[in-house]
Amino acid sequence: MILLLIILLPLAAAILSFWPSHRRSIPGVVTVGATGASVVLALDVAARCASGVIMTGLSGALWCDAFGALVLVVCAFAGFTAALFSIGFTRRATHPMESLRVRRYFVRLDVFLASVLVVPVLANVAFVWIAVALTTLLSVFLVSFNRNAPALEAAWKYAVLTSMGAALALFGVLLLHWSMRAGGGHTFTWAGLNAVAKTLPLTLVKVSFLFMLVGYGTKAALVPFHAWLPDVYSQAPAAVGALLSVLETTVLPYVLLRMLPLFPGASVRWAGSWLMVFGLLSAGGAALLLIQVKDLKRLFAYSTIENAGIILAAAGMGGAAGYGAMYQLMAHALAKPFGFFAAGTAIFFLGTGQLKAMQGLGRRSPWAGAALLAGGLAVTGAPPFALFLSELSILAGGAAAHRLVPVALLTLFMVMAFSAVLYHIVRIVFGEPTGEGPVPSFPKTFALTLAISLAPVLVLGMSLPAGVQQLMRLAAATLGR
Amino acid sequence: MPDLHQTLSLANELNLLAAGLFLLGSFGLIATRQVLDCVAVFAWQSLMLAASAALVAHETHLGHLYVVAGITIATKTLLIPWLLTRTSSERVVARREISQTLNVPTSLLIGLGLAACAYFLAAPLEATAPGARIGVNLPIGLATLLMGAFTVTVRREALPQVLGILSMENGAFFAGLAIASGLPLFAELAAAFDVLIIALVMGLLTRKLHERTGSTAVADLTELREE
Repeated sequence: MILLLIILLPLAAAILSFWPSHRRSIPGVVTVGATGASVVLALDVAARCASGVIMTGLSGALWCDAFGALVLVVCAFAGFTAALFSIGFTRRATHPMESLRVRRYFVRLDVFLASVLVVPVLANVAFVWIAVALTTLLSVFLVSFNRNAPALEAAWKYAVLTSMGAALALFGVLLLHWSMRAGGGHTFTWAGLNAVAKTLPLTLVKVSFLFMLVGYGTKAALVPFHAWLPDVYSQAPAAVGALLSVLETTVLPYVLLRMLPLFPGASVRWAGSWLMVFGLLSAGGAALLLIQVKDLKRLFAYSTIENAGIILAAAGMGGAAGYGAMYQLMAHALAKPFGFFAAGTAIFFLGTGQLKAMQGLGRRSPWAGAALLAGGLAVTGAPPFALFLSELSILAGGAAAHRLVPVALLTLFMVMAFSAVLYHIVRIVFGEPTGEGPVPSFPKTFALTLAISLAPVLVLGMSLPAGVQQLMRLAAATLGR
Repeated sequence: MPDLHQTLSLANELNLLAAGLFLLGSFGLIATRQVLDCVAVFAWQSLMLAASAALVAHETHLGHLYVVAGITIATKTLLIPWLLTRTSSERVVARREISQTLNVPTSLLIGLGLAACAYFLAAPLEATAPGARIGVNLPIGLATLLMGAFTVTVRREALPQVLGILSMENGAFFAGLAIASGLPLFAELAAAFDVLIIALVMGLLTRKLHERTGSTAVADLTELREE
């Protein structure tokens, strides 16, 4: 029941947002209220799952364990902060007469969020595929919000490439169904598959895994299927970029890692190796590409690819690194929205996202400069933030599992990404101002969003409550090693 | 398919015919230059998917596959072609692709190569879990999946790219008729809905592109690029 409610809340907000009204603030307020409520409910689900309970709903159609709950909570929280940021954003990005455009934006945001939140609580693997495909289709018009040629180009690339990926993943899902039937299983759910994991024909599971890795990997923008992502993030509104980033680094790894327990015995190393190959390629490719970016949102886009790579590589290493993968998944999903909101705020103050033209932000608006600097530190894993500890736990876990080469490579890529991001951001914040002009006042919703989204990254970076640790430990245990 | 001669019932023979025509549709999507003709080719390919579903239903007595056949005809043969031609303006549909990334004979040759690849990829899979019709539907479905992906990459116009994606899904479902015929009807309904949304969203996007840039040659969209 509670699981169903979490999905229904954003949908209800979508209907209410579309209700014609003269007050432009209504859609935003409704959306923030509904998503806030879904965060509270998701926290309740997480608390129950942390004690080992598996929640079900809708006569078994909905199903959520610790891994699902972890993903659910961070996605719901990102949805809430994105909605909050969108209030200030839509007020400034649209004309006062365009109330229909604002309503449409929030309706699309709500429906998109519902499709994201439903993935980690769906039991049936076929429905999971449909929900993932819907997350693309429902966010296309959020990406093209600016309605100019570059935004439409980005939306087109996004829709075409990820839909191709979805078709490949569909073939993988059908192969998995075949293997389930051949292995004597009857229910096409994650739990049902796990129950017959030992009797599934290994060849079919392997081929299915590869199709899903390429298909869902396109949606997760793993290198070399990442071409669409920087274009999309540079054109989409900051709140949409934040949500997409969380989707690609939590929901997509979730779907892929659910396959790991289906590999019996030693064959799991085979699957782990593929995850490490794509993970290291993504982390390394993104770290290299980070050096040459010229646009602030692209900077955070490549950092998203890097983190998706780190999470998959860590999960592929197995052992204690699996716990690190869950830690990283959670910490990144909390840190990255803050980074996007800080970038959106900086772009609002300067009127441009071009790195060269942005220099001197710290002089013109110290608070926006401080936020961007904190954002840069938070997403690259600098000490006071949660990502620092999660990256350390991955490296320590990998070393304990004697995966020395991947650990060495990951360390190198993390340091490279850290240096590249900080190089660009320090130049923006502390550089000499290139242009003068009146500085707008700091929008209240922007300040509020930044404060709310920074709090968990900062708090979890200093101390990790026992409940959160327990949730992550149980989530790591679902990887089956 | 060595044992085919012994087990060939009329339904199986008709399924083989549908599979052949289905695969022909994939080649058609690669070779057809007129956008409107591409839509027609896709509608025919979907009809063959529906025919195969009905034949499998007849053979296996899985009643819900008749419903799947009906849904396929309703959505893919009728509704989607109508939606695509309707949402994107007439000028988009009447377009002809003049310049091509690859010329037609080369594209067809590559398509043929992909079909051969699919056949060799499918063979070891069939060996692990043999079953009726898998020898026909799996390789043909896989070939269509791969050729659809190829279609998306070589076509320069918006609508043929969309049709390439939709034919990829057709291929997956065609293979699914043999390997995953036990999927619940509700999942099939949801998947049909998903395909419908693809057509709607991409159709609308094509229309907006045409309004905003005056062209639907999406391959020429190269403004966003890493310098």
